[in-house]
Amino acid sequence: MSAAVRTQLLRDSAPAGREQPVVGASVPTPDRNGLAVSIRGLEKHYGERQVLRGLSLDIARGSFVAIVGRSGCGKSTLLRIVAGLEQADGGRLEIGAASACPACEDRPEVRLMFQDARLLPWKSVIDNVRLGLPRSALPAARDALRDVGLEDREKDWPAALSGGQRQRVALARALVHRPQLLLLDEPLGALDALTRIEMHALIERLWREHGFTALLVTHDVQEAVALADRVVVIEEGAIGLDQALGLARPRARGSQEFAALENRVLTRVLQQHGVDPGAPATAAEQVDALRLEGVRWVI
Amino acid sequence: MSASRLPYQSWRRLGANALPWLLPLLILGAWEYAARSGLLSTRVLPEPWAVVKAAWHLVQTGEMWANLKVSAGRAFAGLAIGGGLGLLLGLLTGLFVPAQVALDTTLQMLRNIPPLAMIPLVILWFGIDEGAKLFLVALGVFFPLYLNTFHGIRTVDRNLIEMARSYGLSGWRLYRDVILPGALPSILVGLRFSLGLMWVLLIVAETISSSSGIGYMTMNAREFLQTDVVLVGILLYALLGKIADVAAKGLERVCLRWHPSYQ
Ligand SMILES: Nc1ncnc2c1ncn2[C@@H]1O[C@H](COP(=O)(O)OP(=O)(O)OP(=O)(O)O)[C@@H](O)[C@H]1O
Ligand SMILES: [Mg+2]
Repeated sequence: MSAAVRTQLLRDSAPAGREQPVVGASVPTPDRNGLAVSIRGLEKHYGERQVLRGLSLDIARGSFVAIVGRSGCGKSTLLRIVAGLEQADGGRLEIGAASACPACEDRPEVRLMFQDARLLPWKSVIDNVRLGLPRSALPAARDALRDVGLEDREKDWPAALSGGQRQRVALARALVHRPQLLLLDEPLGALDALTRIEMHALIERLWREHGFTALLVTHDVQEAVALADRVVVIEEGAIGLDQALGLARPRARGSQEFAALENRVLTRVLQQHGVDPGAPATAAEQVDALRLEGVRWVI
Repeated sequence: MSASRLPYQSWRRLGANALPWLLPLLILGAWEYAARSGLLSTRVLPEPWAVVKAAWHLVQTGEMWANLKVSAGRAFAGLAIGGGLGLLLGLLTGLFVPAQVALDTTLQMLRNIPPLAMIPLVILWFGIDEGAKLFLVALGVFFPLYLNTFHGIRTVDRNLIEMARSYGLSGWRLYRDVILPGALPSILVGLRFSLGLMWVLLIVAETISSSSGIGYMTMNAREFLQTDVVLVGILLYALLGKIADVAAKGLERVCLRWHPSYQ
């Protein structure tokens, strides 16, 4: 790969001061489809530490891709670069190049959902949802809140919400902007198992209805297999495993295929963790047995 | 059965509410008794009833109101000048790094000087007129507001700022919607500290010298051995301090409605 530092074709390069498209100016058409993402040879280091080493990844428009990998492998870094919050040191990132939408000349609408909801505690739920939008966006904000099932909480302070509800508000806040690419950085990491499953259904429904491209970072292999079209494992700063999931939706978590795929990804991730290199299969199988019990319990 | 429990419960509640007042009332009673029986000289302490009468007299002559107005005016003028400056400089150094580099070290050094240690200098500079009192109060209230404003702005959650930027907020809107509300709890703590210091400094300044105000009233009464008026003055200061504190708390309750500790 050429070392030429060329990031972000369609977007300006200043990450911090990057201005989002003012939505008042470009009222999004409801059917703006998802964006394709093309990442080539992405490099990123913090000081001496090389985090991403020539990572390449192509994401089809409107698809749902899950990224797993061990802690600290650079998943958040990748997402932050795609979101424009961080600058890559090398490689190429194209967002929306393959988008068959010649009519939309405005900049691609990319939204990042953080692990913590990051709501402004001094703004009511509805004001959080319409953050950065003109007053005229109020109905749209209400619609987004209804989408996530919190229309009756719009006047509450974020402090009065549960963790799952806060994440739903954060999701609504991203949705008002009609994202074409939604980046989710372990948004459900702090939630309990039942709330997670509810959120899975919600995210899957919204993804289907809105047609955005979704890129989900998660620690939970089961979550990845439940939601994604494709699971990608990051190892040593590049893609290790790229597993397409041909499972039909809605997905039955207990099914044979589901378990086999989950097992496959999990085994790969566990090898990463260096679980007893002498007998990786058995170790993985043991853990897998545990996981499967968990699956039955959940269903 | 429950009918007989209820009165017992409410008696207990009444008792729990009345109990804290028992001791003050006892002390007041003992004081009144000691003063009347001559155990306590009126030169040391007047009887409580005399204090009430003195207060009523001062109200009737209009003296109380006039002096109260002067003292409160001084206090709040000092607060407006010193506190306003502290807030302004705190915002400046908190928001702009060059301002912080240029100013903060100096201000942190000056902060170590107790305002009361400045009294001799203040008298030399301003004499003993209004300026001296204003300067002293302003100096005292400046630092709590400055430090807490600066600290508040610096400790606004970086993640929230990043999030807000990614949603297109920048410049004035970022300050208004994220940075200032985030710093507000700290600024209000500074304000409460300032209010506490404001009265202390005012009392000292008015006691040193003045020709009006509550301090003047008490010092004047002292010369004529009117201990009842002196006591009225002391109680007035206490009352003003309490009012300022209640006002500050009310302000917090209004401004920090969103805060979990006010819900
Ligand atoms: N701002 C930064 N300064 C220095 N190092 C950083 C910074 N951000 C991330 N890193 C380093 O980059 C590496 C990858 O971090 P990243 O947050 O992308 O990991 P992650 O895969 O998201 O981990 P987790 O699953 O725990 O969230 C880590 O080793 C981390 O220490
Ligand atoms: Mg992370």
